[in-house]
Parts: sequence; structure tokens; C-alpha cells
Amino acid sequence: MSETPHEKVARLGRLRREGGVLHDYRAPRWDEPFIMEQGLPGERGVLVPLAEDDVTAAVGEAADYIPEGMRRGAAPDLPEMSQYQVLRHYLRYSQMTLGMDLGSDISEGTCTMKYSPKMHEELIRGHKSADVHPWQDEETMQGLLEIVYETGQYLKSISGMDAFTLQPGGGSHAVFTNACVMRRYFEAKGELDQRDEMITTIFSHPCDAATPMVAGFKVITVMPDENGYPDLEAFQAAVSEKTVGCMITNPEDTGIYNPQIDKYVEVLHDAGALAFTDQANANGILGYARARDAGFDACHFNLHKTFSSPHGCEGPATGAYLCTDELARYLPVPMVTRVGDAYHLDYDRPESIGRVRGFLGTWMGVIRAYAWIRNLGPEGLKEVAEISVLNNNYLDNLLMAVKGVSRPYAEGHRRLDQVRYSLEQLKEDTGVGTEALRDRMVDFGIQSFWMSHHPWVVPEPFTPEPCETYSKDDLDEWAAVIKKGSDEAYADAQFVLDSPHAQPIDQLRRIEAMEDPKEWAFTWRAYKKKILRRT
Amino acid sequence: MADKPFIHPYIPNSVPATKQAMLDELGLSSVEEIYAEIPDRLRCKVPLDIPPAILAERDLRRHVQGLLDKNASCVDYLNFCGAGCWQHHVPSIVDEVINRAEFVSAYCGGDYSDLGKYLARFEFNSMLGELLDFDGVANPIYDWGDVAGRSFRMARRITGRDKVLVPSHMSPMRLMEARTLCQPEAMAGSTKIRFYEWDRETGMVDLDDLRGRLDDSFAAVYWESPGYLGTIEAHGAEIVKIAHEHGALAIAGVDPITLGVLAPPGALGADIACGDIQGLGMHMHAGGGCSGFIAFKDDDPVFAQECPLELYTVMETATPGQYAVAEALAERTSYGARDQGKDWVGTASGLWTIAAAVYMAVMGPQGLKELGETCIARSHYAAKLLGEIPGVQIRLSPSYFMEFVVEFDGTGKTVAEINKKLLGHQIFGGKDLSAEFPELGQSALYCVTEYYDQADIETLAAAVKVVTA
Repeated sequence: MSETPHEKVARLGRLRREGGVLHDYRAPRWDEPFIMEQGLPGERGVLVPLAEDDVTAAVGEAADYIPEGMRRGAAPDLPEMSQYQVLRHYLRYSQMTLGMDLGSDISEGTCTMKYSPKMHEELIRGHKSADVHPWQDEETMQGLLEIVYETGQYLKSISGMDAFTLQPGGGSHAVFTNACVMRRYFEAKGELDQRDEMITTIFSHPCDAATPMVAGFKVITVMPDENGYPDLEAFQAAVSEKTVGCMITNPEDTGIYNPQIDKYVEVLHDAGALAFTDQANANGILGYARARDAGFDACHFNLHKTFSSPHGCEGPATGAYLCTDELARYLPVPMVTRVGDAYHLDYDRPESIGRVRGFLGTWMGVIRAYAWIRNLGPEGLKEVAEISVLNNNYLDNLLMAVKGVSRPYAEGHRRLDQVRYSLEQLKEDTGVGTEALRDRMVDFGIQSFWMSHHPWVVPEPFTPEPCETYSKDDLDEWAAVIKKGSDEAYADAQFVLDSPHAQPIDQLRRIEAMEDPKEWAFTWRAYKKKILRRT
Repeated sequence: MADKPFIHPYIPNSVPATKQAMLDELGLSSVEEIYAEIPDRLRCKVPLDIPPAILAERDLRRHVQGLLDKNASCVDYLNFCGAGCWQHHVPSIVDEVINRAEFVSAYCGGDYSDLGKYLARFEFNSMLGELLDFDGVANPIYDWGDVAGRSFRMARRITGRDKVLVPSHMSPMRLMEARTLCQPEAMAGSTKIRFYEWDRETGMVDLDDLRGRLDDSFAAVYWESPGYLGTIEAHGAEIVKIAHEHGALAIAGVDPITLGVLAPPGALGADIACGDIQGLGMHMHAGGGCSGFIAFKDDDPVFAQECPLELYTVMETATPGQYAVAEALAERTSYGARDQGKDWVGTASGLWTIAAAVYMAVMGPQGLKELGETCIARSHYAAKLLGEIPGVQIRLSPSYFMEFVVEFDGTGKTVAEINKKLLGHQIFGGKDLSAEFPELGQSALYCVTEYYDQADIETLAAAVKVVTA
């Protein structure tokens, strides 16, 4: 052993600073066949209870209760596999999933990939949470209702709003809830045939444009001015007696805080319209800025982003929607209320929009958020914001030193929780753009970065978000990987374009399957019919 | 805490020396200099109204668990309520897999780095496709009511017609969700929901009424099987035929766990199927275990093109025999086209699809068949015992899978009273239908799955006998 542990730490630190490879990483490659191709006829994965003899004697054959023509003919072509083999198969898949817990996920900006405490998982997996039926008498779910009610109070304080619902099943769903609440507000005022336009900005999340469309509104999208702020003149010009309201983000995906945001809200209110702010990315402003203080009528949070609930391969998720007293009457049923020491589900809300989701919501996320907020307390929440902002600026300093990286807009202004960078220069110089670099960085055991929502207003974009979870070493490493990719691009662009090199699979082929009806196969049975048959 | 630095185990850079080193590197004296980006008038001036931190993990665990312990769960009590969220046994292997840190923590990583997630997702789609007898399965979203509404909107886009016909005994909760998606009727883009009748004796749809109401202006005919009231719909193939005669699409709402024994919507000729995968390996989580799917035949590309949810296709790689999975037709989603897309997609229920994949793989065709037979047998046994209680009668057709309507009018007691009293026996009774379906009197929708055995059912019957006496 020629290197002491201390020497190793020093060497890794040097490597980081110089953009060397920190981890000699190779992703697990299991070459695992699809489960539909595994197992043998007759194997069983789990045995299920059979009806007792007394039961069968009393009621006869189950098949006799199925109407003629409704009995299944051919059995479904599902795997027949023993339990260990199924477990092994999916464990191999889990190993070929980097996720956040392994992948230093500073990468997926706008997603706030923070650490989800493991203790919270124990809480939600227990039967007092997992095995509760949604129609249970409210007297038998007081604990759950208390957690939901109290979490609502905390979120009200964080946003400055008066009322909440935790029914939406995700961030976009909460944003949709807003479009419906605004719709109901103007329906009640008799102005729905007059007002049918919703305003958003191009750097707001796509759901801020898509969900008002689903709610029935025309959508007007305001583009940024030269500083990256939504163009105030264009915004003013878009507002009229037809305007329902706005659905916008601040800070936007660029990480730039719009210091005039209250002016935009004023313009809307002057026209009798409403203002909603999408706070999916609230991590940098917790305790520092509140939607209500800027005049907004409503806002939302993603409990699986800012409030630590894990992302779970894209859900289950929880959206928190908050609004003023004026809009509260339109919130979906049921509402969670408290009278004295007892908690209730209030369905008696005649002006409600109805429902956006069945039952009560995805309250696993609420339990986790409750635990997280209680663990941090008011000072801790501000510390979360402060460190996420500090981390972001520290990383920014490192990334702006990387050749080929630029940061469009608002020169001289610091970003809060995230930054949208551009690799336009790198692409121009070397041919390596953001997609190629994304596919290269994973070879270092770092999760692939989020580029941008569409359209790419910033060319060759990438958007890291180094929230409070990440250590200084993590930030150094992440920047080193980007620097390494840039260095490689300038030295041997083709090597980067041929990425990845250390992943479970090699570069994708038959790209036409993504668009061509003759080529796509959404299921294995379709693949067998369309593709395997012809080869 | 004010006199001590706040060093939190989830915030490594809260260590003062580290923070200082980072500030030094940036040439800043404090993070306040960054927050100068937020003008003073927009700064939060009041302290957050949140209780002081419970810092130690052990203390926090005790506190939150203490709250949760106020709940009575369906492990503490016997539960005979379903009505859209069903208590089936969740095999341990399902929880083992979905509680893997990689799956719990993954989000939208790339095709390579999060490969396993995409492969599992494709396997879920493939196995659900086998159950439904459909080639096209989209990535699920919130729940059944949501995908019912989205299916209606999808049919509207495909046919260019703005009305759908649904049975008037469809789940009221699902109907409420669908209405939210379909917009108030005064709006130009609304999808109008019209109703056809059901047979009050059997619980099946009324085909004559359907024929009378359907014309060439409808985008789709929707039905549910098993219906909300539990009945296995006998007329699925006939509904499809009637819909197609008028150029309307046939949309089947199904609970896929029934398809080990029941005819799949594909075989019945349906164009689109929607439903909930909650039964396939999800704990109930007070309804949070729900997740809605949309599937289609894929014999015409318009179904994929107008499908509002994400679609994933299997592909190959540069290495022969190696498969990958990637998103198909991404341009048509809200992520690709914002307000020009087909509805919207978002973070919804990804982990549940992996749970359902594991579930379907371990159950296999035989497991689902046996599960179906057990559900049918035990639910009928429960109905038999309950029906023998004075004043209690079982309503509607005996063709049901695991849920059935129990009418208590003859007992002189309301369902609410009976259910309250059953709590004293540590039993959750059936869903009270008296407000939703007044024509059924004081009725409750009971659910008996494979989870509860003969002894549990006899305990239920004995308790109901006591509380209705």
C-alpha cells in the first residue's frame, strides 16, 4: 500500500480541482432478459388463499357467478416464475438505476433532488399509514387528519396564504387545481364568457401553460426580455378584460428572481384578474419571500421537491395548493378542518370546484413533509434556503470557469436556487452539445443533468440545482465532472459523442421507434408482433 | 438554538467553517448579499409560524409515530370497505423491491443512468397489456377518475365529437373528477357528459336506454366492469357493438385485478381501457395507493397520437441482443408542446408501476385466477351470511367479483348507525350508499377480498347481526 488514507483524501481533492475522474466508476451491467422471457410454465411466485371447503360448499363454483361471455378465455400471458428469481430480476434493475441516493443528483435542476430521510420511510410504511382505508370513519383517522391539518398551517405560514388543500397528486396537479379554482371564481362572477385567457411565461414550467389549456383557457406565453425577466411591456400588453390571470414562476427556471414581480401582479389585479405563482422551486426562498407578500392570490408547492418527499421514479407525489380567503370557497372537497380538538373532512362546500383527485390525496408525502418541517423548525427552514442559495452560487463560480459554459441573461445578478447554463460555445467549438455531455457525465457515477423544458430558449441548456443536501466536496466533484467532459470534448470530441462508455447498455439504436407507428412497441406483445416477427 | 450554530445532519454545509470557506471563495461576507436580489419590500418580515424544531431523530420518530398511532388501521380492524380502493394482500417481495433506495429516490434520470427504472416500467406496461389484451399501454397518472376524464377528452380529440355517454351508476367520485377535466358545459372546449340508465334490479347497464340515447354525435360510450356497485357487466361486447354502430369509441373502465378470471376489454372489442392499478400490489395509503392507467388497441396510430400520457417504446442498442426503453412521441405531451400538447403529464405514480410489475410477475396467470375465484367465493359467502340476518337483504345481480350491495331497510337502522356500531366490534363496514344512490335505500357497498378468510367473514356476520338487532 503506497498511499495512506490521508494521502488518498489529498489526491482526490487535487483531482477534483483539476477536473480529474474521482470515481473509477462502472455502472452495473446485468444483461438481464425481460421478465416476460423468463420462468417456466407451472412456476409460482406467490400463493394466494383459496376459498375454504365450507365456503365452496355454501356458494358453489366461482365461475358460475361470471356472466356468459365475461369469462376469460385464454389465460393472460404473464410470467410464471418463482419468487427468488423475480426478486433477483428486479434487484438487478434497481442496481441499474442510479437514482438520487447513489447519483449525487445535483444534476436534475428544477427537481430539487434533496435527501429524503429514511426515518420518514419507516413512518409511511407502517400499517398506521399504509393500511388505512380512505373511507374509514374520520374518528379512526384522527392522527392522519391532524398531520394534514397542521402541515397545511405550516404551508400557510410559509406562503402567507389563508387556506390550503393537499388533495392534488403532484405539482402539475396542484397547478391544474389553480386553473380550476380561477375558472370557478369567474364562473361564479358570471364572467367566464368574457375571460378566457391565461398568461404564463416561457420560463415557467410547461404545466403552467398546459393545465389552463385543459381547464378551457387560451394561453398567452410571454417571452423574456434581454435580462431574462418576463418582458413587462409584453406582459402588460397581454393583460385585458379577457384575462383570467397568470400562472408564473419566480424565480423562473433560470434561477433569476424577478424583483418587480409585484408590479406584474398589480397589472393583473387592476384588470380584475387573478395571480398564481408556481412555487415548485421554493427551496431558495423558504422564510425569505412569500407569495402573498408579492400580492399573489394563490400558489403551490411540491412536497416531493422542497419538502423532502422522495421522487419515487416520478411519483407518487403530493401537490400543496394554497390561496386567499377569497378563493378558499372553491377549493376541492373534502377539506380538512379542525373543530376544538377534533379533525374533520368537510364535504359541505357548495361552491367547491368538486374534485381533482379521488379520496383524500397522496398523504404519504404529507407525513414526510410534516416530519421534515418539524425536524427543521422555523430557523432550520431558513437555513435550508440559505445553504441552497450559497451552494448554487459556489457551484456557479466553479462552472463559469469551465471552458464552453456560459450563463445567459441578467449579467451581474446572482441566481438563487438554480441556474440555466448554456453549452452553445462548447457545441460550436467541438460539436459536443448538451445531450452528448449529459450522456458522458453518467460515466462518472453522477446522475445525468436536466437540460431544459421545451422549447430550448437557452441554446444547449443544462440546469443543475445544488440544494442543501450536497456537501462542498459534492459540489467540487460535480463541477469537476463537467470540466472533465469539457476537456474531453476539446481534446477528442468523438469520444464524448460516442458516450456513454461505462453504462449498463450502449448507445440507443432504432431511434425511429420513438415516432414511427410501424416501429414503436409500447408492450412486449407489440414488439413480438411488429419487430421480432420480421427479423 | 440561537446561541449555537445550527448544524443539521441533512445539511453538510451548515457547518460554520465550511460555510465561511465557501463565502470566502465567492468574496461574500454573508448569504444576505445574494438575497439582495429580492427587494426589501418583497422580503418576508415575520417569523414563520412553525413550532420549534424536534431535532433528534428518536424524538421526532416518537412524535410522528404518536400521531399516526391515533389511527385505527385495517390491520387493527377487519375492513369490508372497498369502493374504489381495495385491501388486497401485498406480497412482501413487492415492498422489498419498491423500497430499494434506487427506486425510491430516482426521478427523471437519463435512458442510461436510470435504465432499470425504464425497463421495469416497460415490463409493467407489457404485463398490464397482457391482462387487458391491448398492445398500447401508457404510463399511469393519478387515479381512475382522472384517467376516465382524460379518456373522454382523448375520445373527443379522436372523433371530433364533444359528448360522451356514461352509465348513471358510474362511481360518483370518478364522475366528479372527470367533470373537473371536462370543463363547464358553457365553455367552447368542453366535453359534455350525458347519461344512460342502469337496471335497478340487476345493476347491469340498460341496453335499450343506451340505444335510445346514443346517436352519431357522441365521441364515446363508457362503462365500468365491475361497476362501482360491484356488478360484473354482462353486456360489454354489446355495448361495444352499439357504440361502434354510431361511430363512437368504446371505453371500458376496469379493475385489472379481476382479469385473471374476467374477459379483458381488448377481447370485448373496446377501443380504450382505463382504470386503477391500486389492487395490483399497492397498500391503500388512505387512497394514496391509487394510480390510473390508459390503454388502447394501437391498431390505428391516432390512439397513441392522442393519448395524453407518456408512452415508452422498447428499442435496441449498439450491442446485439441488448434492449433499451425510451419515450415515444414525446413531442405531443405537455413537456414537448406546452399548451399545444395533449392534456398534461407530471409526477404522479411511477413507483406504483414498479410495484404492479412485481405483483403481476409473482402472481402470474394462475395466481390471478385463484385470487379471482377466492374473491368471488368469499364475497358470495359473506353475502349469504349477511342476507340471512333479519331485515338485511342483498341487492342486484349475484354476478359480482368482490363487492356487493347490502340493504338494511328492514332493520330500521341507517348504514351510518350500523357502521358506527361496527366500529365497536373493530370492524369497518361497507361504504354508505344512501346519499349517492337513494333509490337503494339504506344500503352499503361491502367488499370481501382474498385478504379476509371464512372466520373473518363469520365474525363480520355475527357483528352485523348484533348491531342490527
